[in-house]
Amino acid sequence: MPGTAGRLDGWGHVLKMTGIGKSFLGVRVLTGVDLEASAGQVHAVVGENGAGKSTLMKILAGVHAPDEGKIEIDGRSVAFHHPVEAQRAGVAIIYQELTLLPERTVAENVFLGREPVRRGLVDRAAMESATGELLSSLGEESFGPRDLVRRLSVAQQQVVEIAKALSLNARIVVMDEPTAALADHEVELLYTLVRRLTGRGIAVLYISHRLREIFELADRITVLKDGARVTTAAASSLDTATLIRLMVGRELDSYYPPRATEPPGEVVLSVRGGGNARLHGIDLDLRAGEIVGVAGLQGSGRTELAKALFGAEPFTSGEMTPCRPRSARAGVAAGIGLVTEDRKAEGLLLNQRVRDNALLVARAVRRRQPGIERLLERVRLNPPRPAQEVRLLSGGNQQKVVLAKWMTVAPRVLLFDEPTRGVDVGAKAAIHELMRELAGDGVAILMISSELPELLGMSDRVVVLRDGRIAGELPAGATEEAVMHLAAGS
Amino acid sequence: MTQPLKLRRVPAGNSFLRRLSADRPARAVYVALALLIVLGWLLFALDGGRFLSQENIVGIQQRSAALGIVAIGQTLVILAGSLDLSVAYLISLTSLVAAEIMAGADANVPAAVAAVLAVSALTGLVNGLIVTRLRVHAFIATLGVALIIRGALDERYDGPAGGVPESFQHLGYDRVGPFPVSALLWAAVGACAWLLLSRTRLGYRIYAVGGDAEVARLSGVRTERVVVAVHVLCSVCAGIAGLLLASRLGAGAPTVGTDGGYDLESIAAVVLGGTALAGGRGGVAGTVGGVLLLAVLDSIFNQLEVNSFAKDVVRGVVLVAALAIHARRRRTA
Repeated sequence: MPGTAGRLDGWGHVLKMTGIGKSFLGVRVLTGVDLEASAGQVHAVVGENGAGKSTLMKILAGVHAPDEGKIEIDGRSVAFHHPVEAQRAGVAIIYQELTLLPERTVAENVFLGREPVRRGLVDRAAMESATGELLSSLGEESFGPRDLVRRLSVAQQQVVEIAKALSLNARIVVMDEPTAALADHEVELLYTLVRRLTGRGIAVLYISHRLREIFELADRITVLKDGARVTTAAASSLDTATLIRLMVGRELDSYYPPRATEPPGEVVLSVRGGGNARLHGIDLDLRAGEIVGVAGLQGSGRTELAKALFGAEPFTSGEMTPCRPRSARAGVAAGIGLVTEDRKAEGLLLNQRVRDNALLVARAVRRRQPGIERLLERVRLNPPRPAQEVRLLSGGNQQKVVLAKWMTVAPRVLLFDEPTRGVDVGAKAAIHELMRELAGDGVAILMISSELPELLGMSDRVVVLRDGRIAGELPAGATEEAVMHLAAGS
Repeated sequence: MTQPLKLRRVPAGNSFLRRLSADRPARAVYVALALLIVLGWLLFALDGGRFLSQENIVGIQQRSAALGIVAIGQTLVILAGSLDLSVAYLISLTSLVAAEIMAGADANVPAAVAAVLAVSALTGLVNGLIVTRLRVHAFIATLGVALIIRGALDERYDGPAGGVPESFQHLGYDRVGPFPVSALLWAAVGACAWLLLSRTRLGYRIYAVGGDAEVARLSGVRTERVVVAVHVLCSVCAGIAGLLLASRLGAGAPTVGTDGGYDLESIAAVVLGGTALAGGRGGVAGTVGGVLLLAVLDSIFNQLEVNSFAKDVVRGVVLVAALAIHARRRRTA
């Protein structure tokens, strides 16, 4: 990179994080991570889910305090105790979930908490004209400072967030998976926006799973794996294959239960041309006794697929046999169960007892209620106490209660969305064993996981989604690289 | 009186005028109000009376003034995502504080007004601190404070007490042209609240905290202060209503607040005006419309001599229907 050699030597870094370490509840998530960012450059941070990218960024944003290591901005050592302190020091984060008030105008959002005042009253004119200037400096003409944020698209809302960052005089802008919720043509606009930021001398930290974007935008790339830095290199010195190898290259160290020896049974669920707002032309067969893995980047439509098969967010077109459920209740009636991604919000009544949670589905469809003790034993709840409140259980035990909930109605199809997220190693193995056991009993299983080793270890075949379509299918022995190539579309 | 408020909320001469007004739920309540006035006019005409007679207009304004002032305070609390169920008992309490201190003497009026404002501000401070510091849900916090005030009132009073001098009774009964003084007071409170919400930092933060407290916090807003402030303002509004009612009655009364049902009616008026019960959306203009709607409905009932049970049934239906319409409009918007 001509003209930037000096910066790469270590002086002129706007941001320098050294030896950052962090543990949560005794689990180490970051170890000795170094990260630098230079003015006017895009620095991409890549890694699998759980590699520690988000935690690192939250430390930079003042959401978490690091256990060890130090942060320097413009050569001055800083320690943030509150996100507002990071903001004042010139760090702005654009999160995946946007943090705007939908019922307020663009200008009101940009100046939230810092409204300009004249003679005791908010100077609306000044606020709106400043916002207007920021928007036009970002080349944004499709909306104005007086529009309500609720009426804007996700891409436009991102522009508002960026305008807010600029109004705070941010020197460092962190973008966390900014394209996850964007349509294709909006991604191009985002590229332009990022280049405008670097053109102003802002250091951009860009987090993404999408390798195409990274090679499009990044000057430098840092790869994180298992909470440590693997390497930092100029983007021009890397190619897609190398990058993927650096991200995933790992021994398959976990144990997975053996696959079924018999060939899978009859097709119990079949979709042809299934589509809705987020999914297009889905063709999929689920067979009794088979575990089908679903891989894909964030926003590729994995969760949407599970919800469509279940009926919670139904397909609006296409054929589905034996029937196309149009509601969650219809899905349950058709013998389909969904273990949701977010068990706390969608899977469990946290304030209620294990018993009431486990019997929730059976009661909803007035199925005869099975003996609770045998049920809890079957899912290996440990200790099996039906009167315990679910919120007091560990993540693994909570997930077992969700499983118990579905086993009461003997489903023919079970959809698992990130079944082992936030679950400890022991419970993880128990859940894996249980899934294989259920498959052995003739249940057709679909498993979504962003942890590739788990997905490849468990599945009899893997379906890869990209942009709401099936990008391809891989057999049991596929490599992580093969999955990543299909998922990233490279 | 309400027209200027409404017009100023929508920036004049703005090319976004149409789109903005579609976002203003306040508009729906004024459409409903206009329809109801036409309906009232027809019913009165059939009955042989004049709906838009000065007498009736003054009556509507006078009946709405106390509720209107309380409802404006309630709007501020609800916009910030909280709620105040203690206003009815606080009105009773402040009417007694006013009448007892005045004790029929003109000279005591300033002291009485000051005492009422102090008592109500203190009550609001307590409400706000219970909600923010003790983290008790506003519903329970203000219900608890309401019960405490009721206990104190029941202990000390069996009936009306104290005396309001004639000079102070002008507040309740005098008129300036077609406008009762009480309605002008309501308009003044409303104008202050409108200015607060649309033109001050506190107002902006009220919307932010009610819209999403976490977003507000991450933007550096001290959310707890905002919640305390709205509770204080709401209670002060209830105190002003207490003063107004004391001047009407010529005395303080331990049941004047609860008889008027100011707690639930003020909340009903706020939501009728399109303010979201969860906070963050709505405003004073809608609340004024909601209060007027309830008052016009009342005056129609009175003219038709509808019995009070039927009145409540109709009001209940209107409230539920209005919210269902708001919910529908938002879904399709």
